Amino acid sequence: MPLLDVRDLSVVFQRKGTAPVKAVDGVSFTVEPGQTVGLVGESGCGKSVTSLAIMGLLPRRGNKVTGEVMFEETDLLTLRPQELRDRRGRDIGMIFQDPLSSLNPVIPLGVQVAEVLERHQGRTRQAALKQARELLDAVGIPDPARRLKEFPHQLSGGMRQRALIAIALACKPRLLIADEPTTALDVTIQAQILTLLKELVDDSGTALVMITHDLGVVAGLCDTVNVLYAGKVVERAGRHQLFREPRHPYTDGLLQSVPRLDVDRGGRLHQIRGSVSDNIPWPEGCAFAPRCDRVIDDCIGDTVPLEPTRAGALRCTNPVPREVPV
Amino acid sequence: MVRVILRRLIQLAVTLIVLMTLVFFWLRSLPGGPVDALLGERATPQTRELLTRALGYDQPIWVQYGRFLENVVTGNFGNSIRTGEPVMDVISRSFPATIELALAAIIIAVGLGIPLGYLAARHRGRVLDNATIIVTLIGISIPIFFLGYLLKDWLTQSVHLFPPSGRISTGLGNTDVTGFFVLDGLLTRELDASADALWHLVLPAFTLATIPLAIIIRITRASVLDVLDEDYIRTADAKGLRGPTIRRRHVLRNALLPVVTTIGLQTGALLAGAVLTEKVYNWGGLGTLITDSIGGSRDYPVLQALILLAAVVFIVVNLLVDLSYAIIDPRVRVK
Repeated sequence: MPLLDVRDLSVVFQRKGTAPVKAVDGVSFTVEPGQTVGLVGESGCGKSVTSLAIMGLLPRRGNKVTGEVMFEETDLLTLRPQELRDRRGRDIGMIFQDPLSSLNPVIPLGVQVAEVLERHQGRTRQAALKQARELLDAVGIPDPARRLKEFPHQLSGGMRQRALIAIALACKPRLLIADEPTTALDVTIQAQILTLLKELVDDSGTALVMITHDLGVVAGLCDTVNVLYAGKVVERAGRHQLFREPRHPYTDGLLQSVPRLDVDRGGRLHQIRGSVSDNIPWPEGCAFAPRCDRVIDDCIGDTVPLEPTRAGALRCTNPVPREVPV
Repeated sequence: MVRVILRRLIQLAVTLIVLMTLVFFWLRSLPGGPVDALLGERATPQTRELLTRALGYDQPIWVQYGRFLENVVTGNFGNSIRTGEPVMDVISRSFPATIELALAAIIIAVGLGIPLGYLAARHRGRVLDNATIIVTLIGISIPIFFLGYLLKDWLTQSVHLFPPSGRISTGLGNTDVTGFFVLDGLLTRELDASADALWHLVLPAFTLATIPLAIIIRITRASVLDVLDEDYIRTADAKGLRGPTIRRRHVLRNALLPVVTTIGLQTGALLAGAVLTEKVYNWGGLGTLITDSIGGSRDYPVLQALILLAAVVFIVVNLLVDLSYAIIDPRVRVK
């Protein structure tokens, strides 16, 4: 049985006086215990909204969430807010994109780690702080005893993200959701944080949902990858499969756009033409069609369904052909 | 921290010297003067000259200015032209009354303003929030003297709920320890005097508090809404913390920063408002003293001292505000 089973999840933002926006459009995917699953796509494709919807962290007003988010045997979407609070931080941890703004500037780091232990494990402040020191040590923050008393602005960016990871993993959750955890960090620190995350999930058996636009992160970390476009999953495959043989033209375009060291430097980088604003609504065909190099007449007209494939799933009328071994 | 305070005190001294100079020349540039005010229009030139010389106003302005500076430095502001008493005596008699009133007003404004602002923010867009916006708009807009007379007329004349004027009923509170009547009553165990003084304080303090109260409600509301949108509140939610913990620990402290600044800035408005409030309720504090010293006699020595005092109070309050800022927000702490 999967640990997390997201079924037909949709999020519609609706504000008075504006047309409703479907940010997430029938997304389904599963996460097995201990597995690392990637949600990949460009800005605005709905990957962050998906994660916030799973956690129940979307603003209470102005949006409608439908579908099911089965965590083990419970549908998180049907839980009362109090019940969900009992699970957040205990069963599911989450880390965010910007480590500075995600930590409270006026509270010492130690308290920010300790409070999650006090909340879910009934620890006293004293005991929680002691454990917090061990946690900071475990995520590689030097001199943790001193850091406990410090404030977020006194830490470097990498250390702040390490602290957030310590907070998210403090109660040994079975699932960790990481929403672009390395985007705000510089490249060398990115690599350290990814290595740390990989070690921690491997050691603890925590399942990880990795949300990113960075295919390098996917390549290094994820077992299964879901590529999102305009609120829908367009391709799902194992990591190796996806990189070796992308079937959706969008995935293919993304992979070709990654700068490579083994081609001559002078050439232009590949780019996917057009922009997200060129999309057509899904009910009128494939949203990606106006930007697609492989577009055919059949791409326009009806919603293209997500069909299961040998490797995973694919939503495309005219996919990139498999390389046939000669 | 000590160095910061020292630096601020030096700034205070410089500000005061500049202000003293401005006040000195500004007062003397007003039409009329103590001589006209005391003698009236029909005095003979001889009398006028006599009084002018007696008060030292026949000297060149620079000599007068020098003498004024000398007085300030020695802490002796001269004698009141109106009553002949030393200025410091006149002021120290009225000072506690105004401080008592202003403190009560601040306590009302802060004590009600922060919870109400918070409540409005939590009900954003709903009836309570909209009602708060309208009521605070009225509170900010309504002139103090108008509200003062309105409340006085209604709550002391039509409904005999509060005493109409003064700080205490005659016959009570005869023991003067600090000049703060509510405190004096407690110190001397004359609880009836304390209660009576408190009863006299309610209406004037509320009148004076309306504008700061309305502003603090608005600022708190806006500030809480800002903080609720912050990423670290989302982190706190992701930890599964309970609502009250998040509000107390994560929202309130961050939301207080702009409110504290506002309290400091409102000191000025409070000092100005005290003049009007004291007039309405016949309070007998610095506000009464300042109107008497301008209107009746152009009492230069008293006026100069009063304006300087107001400046000192304003600057000291804002220094305290800055210091409390450092307590609330570790980012502004200086090493």
